[in-house]
Amino acid sequence: MSGVHVSTTVNGDATEYVCHPGETLLDVLRNRLGLTGAKEGCGTGDCGACSVTVDGSLVCSCLVLGAEMEGREVNTVEGLADGGTLHPLQDKFIEHAALQCGICTPGFLVAAKALLDRNPDPTEQEIRYALAGNLCRCTGYDKIVHAVDAAAKEVRKQQKAAKKASGKKRR
Amino acid sequence: MRYESPTTTREAAALLAKAKGKAFVLAGGTDLLVRMKSGLIDPELIVDIKRIPATQSITKTAAGFRIGASVPGTQVGASAALKKAWPGVVEATNLIGSDQVQGRCTMVGNLCNASPAADSVPALVAAGAKVAIVGPQGRRTLAVEKVVVGPGKTSLTKGEIVESITLPKRPPKSGDAYLRLIPRTEMDIAVVSAGVSLTLGPKGVIKAARVALGAVAPTVVLVPDAAKAIIGSKLGPEALAELTAACEAACNPIDDKRGTVEYRTEVAGVLARRAAKIAYERAGGK
Repeated sequence: MSGVHVSTTVNGDATEYVCHPGETLLDVLRNRLGLTGAKEGCGTGDCGACSVTVDGSLVCSCLVLGAEMEGREVNTVEGLADGGTLHPLQDKFIEHAALQCGICTPGFLVAAKALLDRNPDPTEQEIRYALAGNLCRCTGYDKIVHAVDAAAKEVRKQQKAAKKASGKKRR
Repeated sequence: MRYESPTTTREAAALLAKAKGKAFVLAGGTDLLVRMKSGLIDPELIVDIKRIPATQSITKTAAGFRIGASVPGTQVGASAALKKAWPGVVEATNLIGSDQVQGRCTMVGNLCNASPAADSVPALVAAGAKVAIVGPQGRRTLAVEKVVVGPGKTSLTKGEIVESITLPKRPPKSGDAYLRLIPRTEMDIAVVSAGVSLTLGPKGVIKAARVALGAVAPTVVLVPDAAKAIIGSKLGPEALAELTAACEAACNPIDDKRGTVEYRTEVAGVLARRAAKIAYERAGGK
């Protein structure tokens, strides 16, 4: 079996790896790149624990081949925090105790981030639909939905403040 | 196993035709990778078609809307023009799986996976969609209802690839709709489904229609008698009763844990009626 050489970008960093043609992106991330945030829950695209984004699109990395990632941009939960500063979603998940065992959490965070990127002001129904591809078997979903709602408010607040600050600079 | 990602459809077709073992096309992979992992298939070659420009976009042409074979569900849902012309097809496509699956799954993949319960297919059959096929012998066009011949089986020959799907140009006063029954709110496989597309003539009388049913036979079925039942009507009680009877007569479902033969047959008529009413309203009928 010959390996496939791939040059890609993971969480903003240029990355290269050689993988088997049939190897999933999830296995590449976990076993070759040491990024163990994405988890294998079902391996069939039903649970969402392996959620990452590829070129901004939310996907299950267990249903993507590592070989497909040439020239793409992959973002995982490891890229969510800004250095030591947690993303508002991560803060609010802790504050609302929106996790217990933690297996599903990285997937929920990545899926919630994808939602807030396209809709910073989602309704509860929109949050529930956007997270319908992520399964949690511990907490139930209410705490997670509340955490995402609270994080959305925080993200909007930060966006407003950033806009105001850049406006002042221009003047 | 080998992985190839050619940049033209002809090249992809040649790779598939030359393969010694089992060769498969990879677009979204949401069915293919599941089948690989479960050991149902053991490919010698995977041909990723996402690098082929002809498969990548939705374009409005003189013939209608051309949707490339690697266009994912999210891109279909984001096309305002497509949604306006074919809301039923777009809704059906966006019912496939979660947001994660929508980020990858394609209409053509949904078709070529050849499940009788595929969500986009009844809507595509009702729409009168056609697929463009590229193979070692050149190009050909095929009606969408001729692609699937049985569960998991298509009429494509070795080396052939569906490059795109075309939804015909929409006359004024047209509407379509797709409905499915599942025992939960989403993330499930259709127990029964129905797609209806119609065009109105003067005074709100239906002048053209196509009705298709899913999950009630080995393939999605086009039901010409159901279309005949509503053509020339304003969808009154008599026409709806005839539509229901025609749909029930077209059913040949399996009996399984999702639904019995009797249940599926009855629900097929109910969904076809409801989908026809939605399509009629969308076409501007009252």
